[in-house]
Amino acid sequence: MTEYVANVRAQADRAELVRLIARRLPRVLVLLLGAFAVAWVLFWGKDTTYGSAVSDPADFFKVVLDSLTFAGLLFVVASGFTLIFGLMRVVNMAHGSFFLLGGLIAYYLQQDFAHGGGFGLNSSQVSTLNWVLPALIGAVCLAAFGLIIQQLTLRWNQGQELRQALITIAISVIVADQLLAHMNAGNAQDISWPGSLDRFVSIGSIQYSLARLFMLAAGLAIGVLLWIWLHKTRTGMVIRAGVDDRAMVSALGVNIQLTFAIAFVVGSLLAGFGGVMGGSFAGLQTDVGSQWLLNSLVVVIIGGMGSLGGAAAGACLYAFVSNFSAIYLPTTSNNCCTEYSVAFTFGLLAVVLAFRPLGLFGRPA
Amino acid sequence: MRRYITLDRGIGIAALVLVVLGPLVFSGYWVSFILTQTFWLGIAATSMIFLSAYGGMVSLGQVGIYGVAGIVLGNVVTTGQVKGLHLGWSPWLGVVLGIGIATALGLLLGALASRSTGIYFLMLTLTFGVLIYYFFSSVTSFSGFSGISGIQGHTPHIVGDPTTHPNRLYYIALVTAFLVYLGVRYLVRTPFGLTLQGVRDDPVRMSSLGYNVTLHRTLAFTLAAFIASLAGVLFVWWNDHVDPTSFGLGPIIDLLIVCVIGSLYRLEGAWVGAFAFVLINNYTQSVNVPVVGGSFNTVIGLIFLVIVLLSPGGLLGIWGWVNRHGRALLAGAGATMLTKARPVKP
Repeated sequence: MTEYVANVRAQADRAELVRLIARRLPRVLVLLLGAFAVAWVLFWGKDTTYGSAVSDPADFFKVVLDSLTFAGLLFVVASGFTLIFGLMRVVNMAHGSFFLLGGLIAYYLQQDFAHGGGFGLNSSQVSTLNWVLPALIGAVCLAAFGLIIQQLTLRWNQGQELRQALITIAISVIVADQLLAHMNAGNAQDISWPGSLDRFVSIGSIQYSLARLFMLAAGLAIGVLLWIWLHKTRTGMVIRAGVDDRAMVSALGVNIQLTFAIAFVVGSLLAGFGGVMGGSFAGLQTDVGSQWLLNSLVVVIIGGMGSLGGAAAGACLYAFVSNFSAIYLPTTSNNCCTEYSVAFTFGLLAVVLAFRPLGLFGRPA
Repeated sequence: MRRYITLDRGIGIAALVLVVLGPLVFSGYWVSFILTQTFWLGIAATSMIFLSAYGGMVSLGQVGIYGVAGIVLGNVVTTGQVKGLHLGWSPWLGVVLGIGIATALGLLLGALASRSTGIYFLMLTLTFGVLIYYFFSSVTSFSGFSGISGIQGHTPHIVGDPTTHPNRLYYIALVTAFLVYLGVRYLVRTPFGLTLQGVRDDPVRMSSLGYNVTLHRTLAFTLAAFIASLAGVLFVWWNDHVDPTSFGLGPIIDLLIVCVIGSLYRLEGAWVGAFAFVLINNYTQSVNVPVVGGSFNTVIGLIFLVIVLLSPGGLLGIWGWVNRHGRALLAGAGATMLTKARPVKP
């Protein structure tokens, strides 16, 4: 009898072990994949653009900095997107168009201020003020534009998520076409960094662009400001409460419509400012708008919607995966670059979603 | 007693008779350009409306899936000096592989997205769609940015060259569209379809009744991917050319507009919306919008905005409204016969 019991117990233990392994297997596989990727970048990646990190530490360090600074820009744009979504449940599909519009307004202002005459400005012709002023005006214009859009179309559809998303899609179609017609968005337009930023500084053994470091600093500064605003002020407190329970906040006598308007204005402002930085970093064109809508979507899907920390984490992960896969995949025959880095962005999304359907920091609504 | 002949059905049958007579009634341009395009675009829209009407999932990934079907077909069938793999295999193998690979991709994407609902699902599928676009624009071995041309020279014998025999493709697209419509109508009455509608209305309850909610969503997405891939095959035969731009963000939004103009909640809306979209697209290309300027996209964007703001049910929603109020008006004038035409549901 005892032998029988022991047998059953042993069987149950074995089954339990198998189940445990099966449950842990996906996690272990992902960890192994991650470890392989790190080892590949550090030691094995011989036939890549720069070779493995150990053989070329300077370029490896450069790629790390590239990723961090790009993450700064990603965070600025995506934080606006996630702020609007978190509070209002509005997926602002026009975020990419807002980005483009903000950038183009700043571009034309800069051309006007610095007498560019429609040609690309050299950064030596651009004083710091000729970058800062257009950037601020562009961002403020977008804030006003966002407010108008929100009041005219979104305010009276509050709570109808799909309809609001469709409305913002319609607006993005119209804005994109108007930008083509009136602001020459079909051709690439470059905002010029000011001369004071457009130079190289030495970090350790390498020379690195100060303008790119500025993007990282701007991302960090905006992150800190947003955090202080959301966690230390009354408006921020109301917004955070609104994220959790809109009806209750409204019942407590808070003017939730005003809060919505503020959130949308700040979100649009960030899109506009992101557009100015993005336009100085890589130029502006119709396609860039949709690229940045995609970037914002990927960042907030990875990080979890409505979460500031999630936006930061998502921006870093996305920037690192896209930059590293572009540099450290085996190059194609013409020894130029790799074509498959998009597949890695998809892989990152797939892995995150498989484990956390709501994103890293996402919470159910 | 249930009425079998209603005004809606009458109009539907009349439209069907008209398109079956097709080439006898319409000019060559209408047959080869406007109507054939309406049919394949309507099939693509059906894949989206099926998901939204019966599964409660608004997917923006359908365009990416039909794009994959088209790209695979183009890679498999073409030969010689074109972009891509130009394998030069049999046209039918191209069809099978195109549909098969696109449907398999649908299964993968569906499995990833099916745990999200509502607006999350929309964002996720949009991201998938745009990633597919960026993937094919950067990978030059499959197509690169300029795409694959000359597909019309490698169609199956029954299709022939659509430039010289537009009527064949017209009827194939028509029959496919009709079969897709009947197939979906049948499917939503099967146990699977009914369960899917249960999942749409109350996933928690269906889950506690023992139904696998994510599995049903995933399978529905896979099925929609199959329908979308049919549209992809017809699209490349019709267009002769496929490049990533034909399934980028623009076409993704266009298909959404088609569905919203028609109706996101009724299958018939797919072809109503597709027809309206193709007409607007065709006849406003050279229009300069007064006051604000801009082109076709401003026009279609404004129409889209107005429909979303005023009539979430699309054109079919407006038609239903006109129909009901028209009847009420006539009934008020004493036309008692018409008041009986539509029995009021208890």
